[in-house]
Amino acid sequence: MIAVFVPSQLTSYTGGASRLQAAGATLDQVLDHLDARYPGLKFRVVDEQDRVRRHMRVFLNGQAARDITARLADGDEVLIFGALSGG
Amino acid sequence: MPNAVRLFIGSRKGAWTLVSDAGRQAWRLEGPQFLGHIVNHIVPDPRDGRTVLMAAKTGHLGPTIFRSRDGGASWTEAKRPPAFPKAREGEPARAVDHSFWLEPGHATEPGVWWAGTSPPGLFVSTDDGDSWESVAGFNDHAMYWKWAPEDGGTPDGALLNQVVIDPRDPAHMYLATSTAGVFESTDRGGDWRPLNQNVEANFLPDPYPEYGQDAHCIALAPSNPDRLWQQNHCGVYRLDRPGERWERIGAAMPAEIGDIGFTIVPHPRDAQTAWVLPMDGTDVWPRTSPGGRPAVYRTRDGGGGWERQDGGLPSDQAWLTVKRQAFCADQADPLGLYFGATNGEVWASADEGGTWRELCRRLPEIYSVTAQPL
Repeated sequence: MIAVFVPSQLTSYTGGASRLQAAGATLDQVLDHLDARYPGLKFRVVDEQDRVRRHMRVFLNGQAARDITARLADGDEVLIFGALSGG
Repeated sequence: MPNAVRLFIGSRKGAWTLVSDAGRQAWRLEGPQFLGHIVNHIVPDPRDGRTVLMAAKTGHLGPTIFRSRDGGASWTEAKRPPAFPKAREGEPARAVDHSFWLEPGHATEPGVWWAGTSPPGLFVSTDDGDSWESVAGFNDHAMYWKWAPEDGGTPDGALLNQVVIDPRDPAHMYLATSTAGVFESTDRGGDWRPLNQNVEANFLPDPYPEYGQDAHCIALAPSNPDRLWQQNHCGVYRLDRPGERWERIGAAMPAEIGDIGFTIVPHPRDAQTAWVLPMDGTDVWPRTSPGGRPAVYRTRDGGGGWERQDGGLPSDQAWLTVKRQAFCADQADPLGLYFGATNGEVWASADEGGTWRELCRRLPEIYSVTAQPL
């Protein structure tokens, strides 16, 4: 399983939870798994061209990632944050 | 006759409603809903009186549509919000930044809704806004990248900012864009052609091009759907179909006021009457109330002349900006008019613009105001 952290902007989808577990061999699959449990979540983070949205930040095991085909292994960690933006 | 009205207010920081009594004298502000969300448009369905759709996003999260089946009391998210198809080889990859305009379908097509987006895109739903499909007739038109160039300008992103449906024929539609002006379809969106003759685009080398205009707001006269009104980036226009050539009726506005603005509202029962809300379009284009003195201007002869209506509005130092979707009418008699400003004020007139009163202030930047008879 993959440990996933989602930011406050997404906890309306997860029933308030920010620490989640999800399955998948790629970031895309992990997001699909989350979306199946929390419908609508993925599209708020990734656009229809499979790009991480401009004001979202994703880290895989501490490394910034923008490619949702990035591979993951059991025990990896995905951190999703809202970028510093807006006002 | 009871004339109670609910106003749906979309703002940069959430949604509010204002609900009136039967006389439109007492108003109650309710909300916020979706605090912090960027709410571009909230539209009640006149066909069933209970469905309401909301176009929203946040500063971080992508765009979506929220749906209510109980007049806005509770909301659920669309299963499949508007989204472009995967990009074809060699073409830019488009992604919806935000849905800007929501339009209920024709009266004979319950459940059908249309949406306009930024970047310019047309989408349709046949299930009350739960799932949306890209309309290939516009989004994949051979001319799309001419009509919606990637560097299309418009400060908050290029827009397909309006969809209008002929009440006599669901296949006859118009749309407005910020990058190419007005378009017409006679086959329910299967194909589109520009409809911009004699409409100025003074920011292009050819000031009267076939397309390229910025159509801020268009409206059919409900009592004569052959009449189209337009508040364009460059002025106020009228087109009587089957004619093709717009007439610049804003030329009759007082010179010191001009005919620049974002909105135009037709009278639902009198095709000769419409209102505009002028903005200062001089030198660097402040786009605030000319002279700091807000007013609406009404024509009652199809644009031949205009009269100033500012009773109750501030007479000095009021630099309001009212955007495309933030001026509307109810259906009551006498007609009620409403506008919301970017400074968070909402103003109302219960006598067809004669006198105005402030309903609330200090809301976030207002993007849209829509009225629902109760």
